[in-house]
Amino acid sequence: MSAVRCVDLCKTYRQGDQDIKALDHVSIDIAKGQFVCLSAPSGGGKTTLLNAIGGLDIPDSGEVYIAGERIDNLNKGELADIRLKQIGFVFQAYNLIPVLSARENVEFVMQVQGVPSAERIKKSTAILKEVGLEGLEDRRPAEMSGGQQQRVAVARAVASRPALVLADEPTANLDSKTADELMALFTELNEHHNTTFVIATHDQRVMTYAGRLIRMLDGRIVDDINQRAA
Amino acid sequence: MNIVFRLAWRNLWRHPRRTWLTTGAMVFSNILLVFMISLQFGMYGLMIDNALQVFTGHVQVQASGYNEDKKMRQTVPDIIPLANSIRTTLNSETVAARGWAFALASSEDRSFGIGIYGVEPEFEAQVSNIPGLVSDGRYLETDNAAEIVVGSVLARNLHVKVGDELTLLGSGLDGSFAAAVVNIVGIFDSGVNDIDRNIAEIPLRLFQETFFMEGGGHQIVVVGDGLEAVPAIRSTVQSMLPDDSDLVVLDWDEIQPGLKQAIQADMSSSFFMYLVLVILVSFSVLNTQLMSVLERTREFGIVMALGLRPGRLGRLVLLETAMMGLIGAILGAAAGGLLTSWFTSHGLAFPGMDEMAARFNLPARMYPEVNVLTLSAGPAVVFVFTMLAAIYPALRLRWQNPVDAMRVA
Repeated sequence: MSAVRCVDLCKTYRQGDQDIKALDHVSIDIAKGQFVCLSAPSGGGKTTLLNAIGGLDIPDSGEVYIAGERIDNLNKGELADIRLKQIGFVFQAYNLIPVLSARENVEFVMQVQGVPSAERIKKSTAILKEVGLEGLEDRRPAEMSGGQQQRVAVARAVASRPALVLADEPTANLDSKTADELMALFTELNEHHNTTFVIATHDQRVMTYAGRLIRMLDGRIVDDINQRAA
Repeated sequence: MNIVFRLAWRNLWRHPRRTWLTTGAMVFSNILLVFMISLQFGMYGLMIDNALQVFTGHVQVQASGYNEDKKMRQTVPDIIPLANSIRTTLNSETVAARGWAFALASSEDRSFGIGIYGVEPEFEAQVSNIPGLVSDGRYLETDNAAEIVVGSVLARNLHVKVGDELTLLGSGLDGSFAAAVVNIVGIFDSGVNDIDRNIAEIPLRLFQETFFMEGGGHQIVVVGDGLEAVPAIRSTVQSMLPDDSDLVVLDWDEIQPGLKQAIQADMSSSFFMYLVLVILVSFSVLNTQLMSVLERTREFGIVMALGLRPGRLGRLVLLETAMMGLIGAILGAAAGGLLTSWFTSHGLAFPGMDEMAARFNLPARMYPEVNVLTLSAGPAVVFVFTMLAAIYPALRLRWQNPVDAMRVA
């Protein structure tokens, strides 16, 4: 069964007098455990595709399936449940909750899921250690560097062991060393936990980590390369 | 602590000044409401006491139908023994029998139609403040002496003073001609023009002889230890009356329904003012919460993206408002309670009040009445309106799309 399947997705935005085709009949099939990069120049449609896969945005037409379940016809509450249970998000701008500490940010999703306190603490401690933030658990986002915040965001995305992690330009605000460390972490999580990763990026170095590289232009898939095979 | 609680609490203190300003508005309005409602209740108590202590008392025994249409022949038979019996049963001196008749009062110069109370001089002072309001001369002393006390305006109109004689002419119980000559022993000044112009009092036995009452009268007045004692007194007195008796026991509200209506009218107008105050506070809360929601649009987008349902986010906003409302309610009720309690023990006076109060035989200070109702009613209403004000900001989140929300800078 596919982790993600998109069938003939279309999405058009209106900008002034112009209609912009963000997704133009896009179909993809991503197997479980794949490490996929979506690459496109700005406005190429990668973030729109990522949002459609994550149920954050509804396509104008086409179908989206997550782990075999069609999600493009679900309501807001049902989409929220899908995201809560099956998808982890890493955003370009970290997007941590400023009033919560690193540990509380990591625990947030688990708490909403109803994971018992002891298990939450155990998992958050382990994942924060794994992303190299041991000792910084009680710091709030404002007290951490960009790299550290992005690690917390990654820890939050994977702490509840989602089947799918969607990352939108996760290295855009990081220096090269931190970006490499983050990608190494993604690779490790992908290999050890068989987590499916779909990363939207235009960072060439990030693309080298991906097993599959999908290139987009003007809302269409123009290239789909299996880099492992290559 | 639940993460939603923690999130709500911390969100509340992101902008402490704004939170305190909004909470301060609630605290201020709650203090004001607690104080004003307590003062109103205290004043109502005083109004009732003041109105009832002139003639009405708390409970009266009358002939059935007398209260609606005061006819001379609707009497309480053997009224003095019955009043004595009630005194004994209640073990209280605050019971007095009265008769009531119309008469023409004539001095040497002038005549006026007046109302005459026949009273028990020994007990009248226990149920009425008229004996205490005699400003010239003295009150009645002897049961059947040919004495009278008259209101100050009546005395002026009749051109009489203490020591002068008055002739009373009226109609007796049997319809015969009733007449008496009485000496003015006192002039009272109640401050109420109608009473001072139209009322005179003579001893009950003289009244019974003059108007051929055959031992009867028209009302037995009972005063208890406050309004809360009224139902018990009424029930006790009722049980003393024979089953086939034509007598009824009425409480103050039945005797003077206008009093309660006046209080209700005053409460309605006050509550309208309070409502305006509460609505103003609610708009302040609405402004705060709307600003708070708008400035966190991006953050709400994030938590929606993480899987929090919009409904739960709405509850988060309501929870934040509830926390703020509770702080306002608790601090407001506590501060309002302390302030009001101080005035309850020390009283509240303003310049010129002494003279006015003395004139009406009232205490020189007003005392607010603090109880659970006066402490909680205002803060509870403010809390409810606060929560209502948060509904729109909370509902707004339901329409929010995570992607659009996260695009907000």
